[in-house]
Amino acid sequence: MSLALQTDSKGRLRHFLTVEGLPRSLLTEILDNAERFTGVGERAVKKVPLLRGKTVINLFFEPSTRTRTTFDLAAKRLSADVMNISIETSSAKKGESLADTLRNLEAMHTDMFVVRHQSSGAPFYIAQQVGPEVSVINGGDGRHSHPTQAMLDAFTIRRVKGGFDGLSVAIVGDIAHSRVARSEIHALRTLGVSDLRAVGPRTLVPTGIEAMGATPYYDMEEGIRGCDVIVMLRLQQERMDSALLPSAHEYFQLYGLTQQRLKLAKRDVTVMHPGPINRGIEIESAVADGSQSVILQQVTHGIAVRMAVMAMCMGNQAEAGE
Amino acid sequence: MSKSKPVVDLDVEAVIADMATRLKQFLKASKRSKPLIVGVHTGGVWVAHALHEALGLGEAVGELNIAFYRDDFSRIGMHPTVSPSNLPVAVEDRHLVLVDDILYSGRTVRAAMNEIFDYGRPASITLAVLIDREERDLPIRADIVGATMQLAAGEHVKLTGPQPMKLELSKVGA
Repeated sequence: MSLALQTDSKGRLRHFLTVEGLPRSLLTEILDNAERFTGVGERAVKKVPLLRGKTVINLFFEPSTRTRTTFDLAAKRLSADVMNISIETSSAKKGESLADTLRNLEAMHTDMFVVRHQSSGAPFYIAQQVGPEVSVINGGDGRHSHPTQAMLDAFTIRRVKGGFDGLSVAIVGDIAHSRVARSEIHALRTLGVSDLRAVGPRTLVPTGIEAMGATPYYDMEEGIRGCDVIVMLRLQQERMDSALLPSAHEYFQLYGLTQQRLKLAKRDVTVMHPGPINRGIEIESAVADGSQSVILQQVTHGIAVRMAVMAMCMGNQAEAGE
Repeated sequence: MSKSKPVVDLDVEAVIADMATRLKQFLKASKRSKPLIVGVHTGGVWVAHALHEALGLGEAVGELNIAFYRDDFSRIGMHPTVSPSNLPVAVEDRHLVLVDDILYSGRTVRAAMNEIFDYGRPASITLAVLIDREERDLPIRADIVGATMQLAAGEHVKLTGPQPMKLELSKVGA
């Protein structure tokens, strides 16, 4: 279902809603295209004319800094015209339904929507509503999916490690509530990571995680032992107030990534985090700013990956328009 | 789609050697010193390397992949992945020699020049092509032409290589 909605009759990307169900070849194509776009940000003129004359609307129903900024920059580096609409300033506050908001924005001849929504599945609904010449990219929906974050993490891993075969990757933290973790597990499994670990307290690692291809670890030190890559997840503050966790201090004691713990992983371990980071809660400052951290590179890579996905979806509108 | 592919009888190496001689004279006459050679992917890069060697230049050959500058993106979308552009030296105020294998519509050269200007402002651009099909859609002419070739409608010529470089003729839609 998700594959049929996301690709055209030739199997090319039309919308990018979830990593789940997409073939390895397509994910590799995204990474290869992103590789080609990385150079654009390093030039005198950080722009290519690929999407000149196209209109992209960033439709954010949930706050975001990194994702929205990098989508914005990605579209601008492709020479598209970009509009950022956030819920605070939109008519949805006045009671307009999502479908009506969309119809109005489509009437402005929008070519692409980048959607972030607190409800899982909202970008899918939008992709089903829009016309054949409009693409939708999921910028994060509920607890469900955050496919561009997963792809930029995969891109970062491929750049640092050279590939995916034989890697041990630990995803640490609140797996249960994390759309990043979910998408990342699908992406890395599809791309060939064999040892994928979901590390966290029992309350935050969902049962049935094995079915997705990850092995649960409830002990941090066991979970990161011998790993090539550690992906730390943000501990969402609202979880602290719930019964799922004792306290931030205790969480750090048990699951915080410290320099001491990092020694258990491989010597050349790479530390990643989708941001925003909570220093001293899930990660020690010395680790976040340390030589093994690629957290800021992830941000830079996010632009190239988003350029790739936007260009691919938009380029494949050609067929739909014929 | 494409029928048999006879190899066009042209000694590519000899043609490039002759191009190199004329390019040298041209650059000297137009006072374009310390040229920077830039090839257009894929065939243009091969020819660029051959010219670079013949001219005995020190700096690396620049490579342009004009996929992001093509004027047919809205019609056919992203091109399959090829190596990205790589201009190892700043183009600012430099004399560039842009090299391509086949000059046909002039659209590739237009795209390549647009891309070059996104890297900086060169002092000049000299255009050198192996084959000029002498059918242009845009007002773009080469300064150095290896050989000219007039083809019938539907006929295509393509450079294969890089070792050895050969011209292949094909008929599309036959």
